[in-house]
Amino acid sequence: MKIIELKETITASNDRDAEVLRGELKQKGTLLINLMASPGAGKTTLLERTIRDLGDELKIAVMEADVDSDVDAVRIERTGAKAVQAHTDGMCHMDAGMTRRALEGLGDEAFDLVVLENVGNLICPAEFDTGAGRRVMLLSVPEGDDKPLKYPLMFRVSDVLIITKTDVAPYFDFDFEACKARARKLNPNITIFEVSAKTGDGFAAWEDWLRAAVADWKH
Amino acid sequence: MHEMGIILHLAKTLEETAEQEKIKAITRVTLEVGEVSGIVTDYFADCWNYFRKRHPVLETAELEIIPIPAVTWCDACKRTYPTVQYGRTCPHCGSGETWLLRGNECIIKEIEVKE
Repeated sequence: MKIIELKETITASNDRDAEVLRGELKQKGTLLINLMASPGAGKTTLLERTIRDLGDELKIAVMEADVDSDVDAVRIERTGAKAVQAHTDGMCHMDAGMTRRALEGLGDEAFDLVVLENVGNLICPAEFDTGAGRRVMLLSVPEGDDKPLKYPLMFRVSDVLIITKTDVAPYFDFDFEACKARARKLNPNITIFEVSAKTGDGFAAWEDWLRAAVADWKH
Repeated sequence: MHEMGIILHLAKTLEETAEQEKIKAITRVTLEVGEVSGIVTDYFADCWNYFRKRHPVLETAELEIIPIPAVTWCDACKRTYPTVQYGRTCPHCGSGETWLLRGNECIIKEIEVKE
C-alpha cells in the first residue's frame, strides 16, 4: 500500500475544465455570464428586457439551465435571441462540462455575449465554476434583505448583484441600504444595481455595465 | 442532489489522478470536510458507495471523512469561538464583526493505492 497526498479541493477537476473553457471564450471574444438567483427572482424577465434593449448592438445568446422543461428557452426565443435549453438531469447546478456541451448546442455563430441562466438556487451554483467570465446574481425585493446573511458564498463569488422588482418595494419591508451593506461586507468589490424589468427603472446603468464588460472581454 | 454532484466531481478528480500516476486501484480516499461545508456526510457516504461500483479504479475505495470543526474569528475582541454553537455573534464580547476561519472546506487529503 502507498499513500499519495493530494490536498486538492474536491472540485479540482471542474476548476481546471472551467479555466480551459474561459481561455477559449476569451480567444473568441465571447463573454459568458453565469446568471444566478433563486427561482422566481426574475432572471428570464431581466434577460428579455436586456435583449430587447441591446439586441441590435450585441449578438446575444442564452443558455437556459433547468432540471426539466423548456419554458424559459421559448420565452427567450420570442425576443429574437438564440436560445438553447440545457437539462441538468436532476442536478442542482451547472458545471464546466455541462456548460461546454450547452455552448456546442449554440453552433458555430460568433456571439458577443452568452448568458448562462443557471438553475434557480442560491447555494450549489455558487460552488461550481462554469468557465464564465463574469458572475452576476439577482436578488428580488420580495425575497428579503437578509439573503446575504443566509447565502454568503453566492454574494462572495458574484461580480455583480442586481436587486430586481424594485417596483414592488412599497409593499415590502426591504431595507436597500442594509442589504447593500451586508453584500459589501462579504464582497467589497461587488457592483450593485437596482432595477425593475416592469418599469425599466435602473436598466440604463445595468446595460452600460454590460456593454463595458463585453468591450473589456474583447481586449 | 447536492452530494451526488460533488461525488461526480470527486470521482473525476480521482480518475484523472489515477491515470496520471498510473494507479490501478484506489483502496481508500480520505477527505477533510468542514462542519459548515453543507455536506451531509451520511448521505455523502451512501452516494459514494453507489457510485464507486461504476468505476473500476474506485471500486475498492473506502471513503474516510475527517470532520474539520468550524471556528469563527471575532474582529472586535481578536478571539476565536466554535461557530456551530454560537453562530455569527461573538460569545466573548457580543460583536457581530466575525469571520469564519475554517470549517467550510472540502478537501481530498490523501488516497491509499495498491502498488
